[in-house]
Amino acid sequence: MSSAAPAQLSVSLWRGSDDGCYETYSVPRRASQTVLDVVTYVQRHIDATLSYRFACRVGMCGSCAMTVNGRPRWTCRTHVAKVAANGRLKIGPLENLPRIKDLATDMQPFFEKWRQAEGVFAPSLTRAEPMARIKPDSRARMAADAAIECINCGVCYAACDTVRWNANYLGPAALNRAWTLVNDERDAGNAARLTAVAASGGCHSCHSHQSCQEHCPLALNPTESIAGLKRRTVAAYLNGELKA
Amino acid sequence: MNVRLYVWQRATAALMAPLVLVHIAVILYATRAGLSAADILSRTHNSIAWATFYGIFVAAASIHASIGVRNILVEWSPFSERGAGRFAAVLGIALALLGFHAVFALVVA
Ligand code: SF4
Ligand code: SF4
Ligand code: FES
Repeated sequence: MSSAAPAQLSVSLWRGSDDGCYETYSVPRRASQTVLDVVTYVQRHIDATLSYRFACRVGMCGSCAMTVNGRPRWTCRTHVAKVAANGRLKIGPLENLPRIKDLATDMQPFFEKWRQAEGVFAPSLTRAEPMARIKPDSRARMAADAAIECINCGVCYAACDTVRWNANYLGPAALNRAWTLVNDERDAGNAARLTAVAASGGCHSCHSHQSCQEHCPLALNPTESIAGLKRRTVAAYLNGELKA
Repeated sequence: MNVRLYVWQRATAALMAPLVLVHIAVILYATRAGLSAADILSRTHNSIAWATFYGIFVAAASIHASIGVRNILVEWSPFSERGAGRFAAVLGIALALLGFHAVFALVVA
């Protein structure tokens, strides 16, 4: 931390549910401090009733996402130095999800849409059969690999205007997941999956404006995955393989 | 939007792209050459080519616009999807009727 940085941060946290408001706390500035460290400081030293979520603290579990100075971010891997040069932080719950209390949102609609998009592996072999051999450099596997590292943090979902406007829209994460499975040669669920993502509220609702890609902490590109789903479903539809 | 509406909207857009260019070229020509209404009508009257051209244009524009309006209503208005679909269907039919009426006036009447 440079010596010019303020010794205290001014931190506004959303308190309460929909009818709540921001309350401001003073938190000591530390070296290499993350936004999650700041929230944890408030909970441990100032107000133990503060509700928020985290688990791994190393960017793997996807549970710590919040709105930080207006942008959705994973808080455990977001350094204060990067987002609060002036010593001010405004931290709220993720957008586009029901608020439970303080910084915790109800993630159920997010995961429900994951299921609606048939984002679940459908095995084509039983455990009695030999393992499928997949070429790592095949086109399909490379497409799946490019999209597979999603940690379900919900950042893209919170950043997507189409999710905000259309309650039925499945959203970038669920569709990105569906795209990985569409390209998984071991999966047998594509008939149902393509029907699900081609329906109203599916991939064709995406405006390709790339907020999801801009904000994804893992630098994934859900827009590209959704474009792939659009091509695949249009081909299936024109070939008469889809009912719509 | 589902895949069926998506395909119709993209297909009508692709169809209209060249039609719009020809339409603009025709407007430029007619104004530059100083054609009067009577001059224009004398050229379009009984012309199967112009009837086909603008007939296809009207059909594509009606379909394209109504799907687009439906989508805007779903996203930006309190309309339900069903309500937006009905409104858009009525709009599409109205646009088609107005358009075909104009084509009829140009070619036949
Ligand atoms: S590209 Fe599609 S999924 Fe991504 S933010 Fe835009 S509308 Fe949402
Ligand atoms: S695609 Fe990126 S932003 Fe969206 S849930 Fe997965 S990791 Fe998070
Ligand atoms: S706490 Fe697990 S990703 Fe941030």
